[in-house]
Parts: sequence; structure tokens; C-alpha cells
Amino acid sequence: MRYRLARITTRTVNATSRRLGRGHGTVIGGRAGLKVDPWLLQRLSAGRRVALVTGTNGKTTTTRLLTVALGAGGGDVVSNETGSNMPPGHVAALVGAGRTTQAVLEVDEIYLPRVLSATSADVVLLLNLSRDQLDRTNEVRMVAGRWRAALAAAPHTAVVANADDPLVVWGAGAAAQVHWVAAGTRWHLDAAGCPACEGRISFGGDGSWTCTAGCGFARPAPEASLQFSEDASEPHRGVWADGRVHDISLLLPGRFNHANALMAAVAAEAGGIDAALALAAMSGVENVAGRFTVCPFGPAQARLMLAKNPAGWSELLDMVAGDDGPVVVSINARIADGADPSWLWDVPFERLGERVVVATGERFRDLSVRLHYAGVAHVAHADPVDAVAAAAEGSARVIDVIANYTAFNHLLAARS
Amino acid sequence: MSGPLRIAVVYPDLLGTYGDGGNGLILARRAEWRGHEVELLQAPSDGALPGADIYCLGGGEDGPQVRAARTLHDDGMLARRVAEGAVVLAVCAGYQIVGRSYPDARGDRHEGIGLLDISTVNGSGPRAVGEVVAETVEGAPRLPTLTGFENHGGHTTLAESAVPLARVTAGVGNGDGSGTEGALAGRVLGTYLHGPVLARNPALADLLLGWALDLGDLPPLDDGAALELRQERLGGVAGQARRRFRPRRRVH
Ligand SMILES: [Zn+2]
Repeated sequence: MRYRLARITTRTVNATSRRLGRGHGTVIGGRAGLKVDPWLLQRLSAGRRVALVTGTNGKTTTTRLLTVALGAGGGDVVSNETGSNMPPGHVAALVGAGRTTQAVLEVDEIYLPRVLSATSADVVLLLNLSRDQLDRTNEVRMVAGRWRAALAAAPHTAVVANADDPLVVWGAGAAAQVHWVAAGTRWHLDAAGCPACEGRISFGGDGSWTCTAGCGFARPAPEASLQFSEDASEPHRGVWADGRVHDISLLLPGRFNHANALMAAVAAEAGGIDAALALAAMSGVENVAGRFTVCPFGPAQARLMLAKNPAGWSELLDMVAGDDGPVVVSINARIADGADPSWLWDVPFERLGERVVVATGERFRDLSVRLHYAGVAHVAHADPVDAVAAAAEGSARVIDVIANYTAFNHLLAARS
Repeated sequence: MSGPLRIAVVYPDLLGTYGDGGNGLILARRAEWRGHEVELLQAPSDGALPGADIYCLGGGEDGPQVRAARTLHDDGMLARRVAEGAVVLAVCAGYQIVGRSYPDARGDRHEGIGLLDISTVNGSGPRAVGEVVAETVEGAPRLPTLTGFENHGGHTTLAESAVPLARVTAGVGNGDGSGTEGALAGRVLGTYLHGPVLARNPALADLLLGWALDLGDLPPLDDGAALELRQERLGGVAGQARRRFRPRRRVH
């Protein structure tokens, strides 16, 4: 009875909130439903195959990729695609799911233990773990430790984990079944200390890593590896330890998106779907919640990219390093971004080199000082739309726009 | 001083969590822009700490903080160089470990390396997180208003030989009830301010450079971007940051 009432509450509040123009209202409805029935997420998950996707970067994209991959096996797949990745968002997604038996849920890193125990997920994807939003959750090691304990207590859950990220390996290391994927990472700064002992992690040039104190903590042998090609005529590939090789061809750009697709393919395989079929389905995904979309801004064309933390920025700056068109960088420091933009100094903006750079966003002055010391000449505009227009002046190129979370959402809403 | 100015960022693998590595970069650029030859060294914790003229220590998480303190103590170079007149800028977790004692996450007391006569314990209230504004006090070098962002749970008490750097007019700072922020003894300067602190306070950067180069007045630099940032931070963020249709203007 309580369960039924909770579902109705969630739906009603969501519908009301939508009518009032308060966005999707998913969080509000989910929260109301959980108030009526605290076990709502448990009940909604019962009888469904649930996959959880978590990690610092790439959650939303990978959730979308895995949803598409599982859909390739036939049947509907429900997912919390609006990006509300805590229990109220999960509840809202599942309440609207009808009889759909498969769910892929994006989960905030901190909430993984809670959501895992509520959903008894069949599969958990662990992408990467690095510093994010410093003033809210500053202990990435603590998060890895909590993952470890939660997964150790879930012997029926298959874990798909990035073997190249020591903190992820620590988090997954006590789980009963792990599919290790060599998905790569360009960011090692948060994993320099061995999570297993007092030693240090040393990274070899070939992708291997090991604890120098000899505690035995080292990179596990991957079941599948990403072979990312820098040469446009060569395809990117997933190479399985059992000898299989599959091309990974995506509309999404960047090494990290191909890594996400490979991890989704391995997760799909754990769910009984052929990896080649899963990869073929993912190749059609064009953009995820606006990310990587090329869209018009007045007379200009801009490609919108989201980076939320140094690891994400590092990947994106690498990706655009080969181009020479104008770049707009937009920085906010609202609660969802973290109120302290000191992390700008961990980002290798030096890679923007000689390009035309426009600094914008609510914290464009912090960015401007950072660029000044990086030796990157730039102009500054308080208003992001003006900034894109300024970058487009005298250039017919697609403008690369990289923004952090709320700055990205602002631009997404402002496109013409 | 003979040879290049050597600036070491101490243990970026352990004390690199809050962007404080930027302090080393800022010092290096400001010296280079004035024609000094500079060597900027990133000094990871698995090697011997190099000899340098300026050492920058940053913020870090609890476990790595303990490791950093122990490693610095065993290495010995930092204390040796300070005795020889080297300059130290120590921020947040780095500030705590250059003191006499500091706590870990559970509140257990650990020995610091004792360059500053301060001791830190865990506060009982909520973490101090937010903007700080502070004015330098008598006994410390006079600097323009200090601005930064703090994020710490420690309460730091100064003993006799350490003087406070500043008095807070907004934010928490040392948090021991004295209303002070940071500490200073000789050429060792500690603070809770991130931002990084030298990005927001170029005069503080030049104070440290002046010490290291044995120069009183350094020629001015183009600090237009930093001055604008200071104005925004000190003036309160709300009204200014959302202003639209700002006239366009070259930053440099
Ligand atoms: Zn170890």
C-alpha cells in the first residue's frame, strides 16, 4: 500500500513540477516518493536487471552508451538520462519505467554503496576516480575504500573496472567477479600513494603500474584493452585477451569516449550481449545531453564540451590540441561546480598555446590570471554568448567551447 | 646569490590537492619576467628533496599529509635549507605539518617538522570552507588586503616565536579564537589560503621573491588580471560576476 502510494506520489509531484515549468521535476518527485516509502528504490529494482555506472568522469556518456548497448539485445532499457544521479533521480526513472525489465543508472560516486545495496545491481561499471569539486568531497581515497567494502559485500554483482586507475582497482579489488579493462587514464596525480600500504605507485611507460614498496598491489591483467589510434586512417580497436579484436567507431570524439564504449561493451557482454553487436549499436550515439554537439550560436557554429575537473580538462585539452581554431573556455564556481576554482592551476592550459582563446563564465577573472601565467594570450568576456561571438569573429571555423558544469548548462540553454 | 633561483614544489604527489602547485609556477614566472634565471622543480616524495631557494608546500588529504610530514622529517633537507635562509611558503596541510604538531582524520596527534612554532588540533565545529579576507598585522610585513579560499577542519594556535600573518575580516583563518590567519617565523610563511594564494595576492609573491633574491623593491609587473580578480573577490562576488554586456577589452 505504502509502495503504491509512494509511486503515485512520485508521479504526481513530477507531473505537477513539469506543469509548473520547473524542469523535469525528477528529483523533487523522487524525493517525495522516498519520504512516503524509504524502501521505494529497493521495491522498484526488484525483478529488474540493473546496471550501475559510476566514476568521476564520463558517467553520463557511458550510461547512455550502455543503455544503447543493452538495447541491442532487444527489449527496452530504462535509464536516468536527465543526469540526476542520486536515489531520488533513480526512483523517478524507475517509477516511469512500466514493465521495462532492464535499467542502467548513473550513480554519484559517493552514493554507490547505498544504491548498490538498494538495487542489488547485476553489473557495476567503475570508470575512474580523481579529485572533483574539492570543497565538497575531497577524499577520493575514502571513496575508493567505500566502493571496496560495498562491492566485497555484493558477491553476485559483476564489476567492470578500469585496470589503469589504481584507485578504481583498489575499489574493485575485493569484489567476487571483476572484468578488468585497460581503459587508460591520463591523470595519475591522485593515485600516487599506494592505497594498500604506505608505498608509492610507480607508472611504467607501457601502461603498467605497481607499488614500489612491494606490497603486491599492481595493475591486474586486463580482459580487454583499448587500442586508440592517433592515425586517422587506422580504426580504434578493442583487443580482448582471448584474441578477439573489434573496431570501435563512434560519432563521439576523444580517447576517453572510446574507453567508455569499450567498458560498456564489456559490461554488455557480462549481461549476455555480444560485444560486436553492442559496439555497433553504440556507434550511432551522436551526443549525450548536449555534450560534443555542434550547434549554432548566432552566426557561429560551436562544439560544446563539458569538463568538470582536472582529469576531464586534461583529456579534453589533449583532444583539441591538434586543432588550431578559436577556443572559448567558460568557468563558473557555483555549488555544483565547487566554490573554489583553485583546480584551474592543475589544468594544463599551456596546451592551448598560440590559439585564439576567449575566457568567460562567472569566474573568468580567475581563469584570466591562470592563462596569464600559462603564457596564453586571450581576451575576456563576462558573458559566454558574447564570448562565442567574439571567438567567431573573422573565423569560419567551428568554435571549440569547453566549460565546467553550470557554465556548460548555461551555454546549452543559450544556443540559438 | 649565484646561479639560477631554484624553486621547489614539495611533494606534488602528496600535497597537490588544491591547485597550490600554482604558487611555484607564479613565483617562477614573476622572477623570469624580471630577468632572473629560474629553475622550477617538481619534487616528488620518492626522491631526495633537492636543495632550493624557495620551497612551496600545498594542501593535501589526511593520509598523504602524514606521509609528507614523515618523509620531510626523514629527508632532512628542508630544515637544513631553512637554517641556511631558504624561503618556505606552506599552505593548509603544508602549513600544519611545518608546525610542531598536527592531527590526522581521527584526531591523533602527529609530530610536525617544527619550522613554525604552531600546533594544530581538529576543530569541533564544521569545516571552515569559504572566502577569506584578512589584513596583515603589526609584526608581519605590510601587504595589501589578503584574499583567498579556505577549506580546513584544523584549529591552529601560535606560540611565542611565531607571529600571525594577518587578522581575518571575513572567514575563519587559524580558527583558534584569536581571529588571526597564518603564521610567520623568519622566512617561513604559513597560511590556510588557497586560490592559489599567490594568484590572488601578487604582493605576497613578491615579498617571498624579494626575500629569496635579497632584493627590497622588485620592479612592477603587469598585474592587471590579478588586480581585477582581487577587486571581484574583495568586492563580493554576487553583483559583479553576473553583470552582462561588459565592454570588451584586451586583458594583455
Ligand atoms: Zn603498496
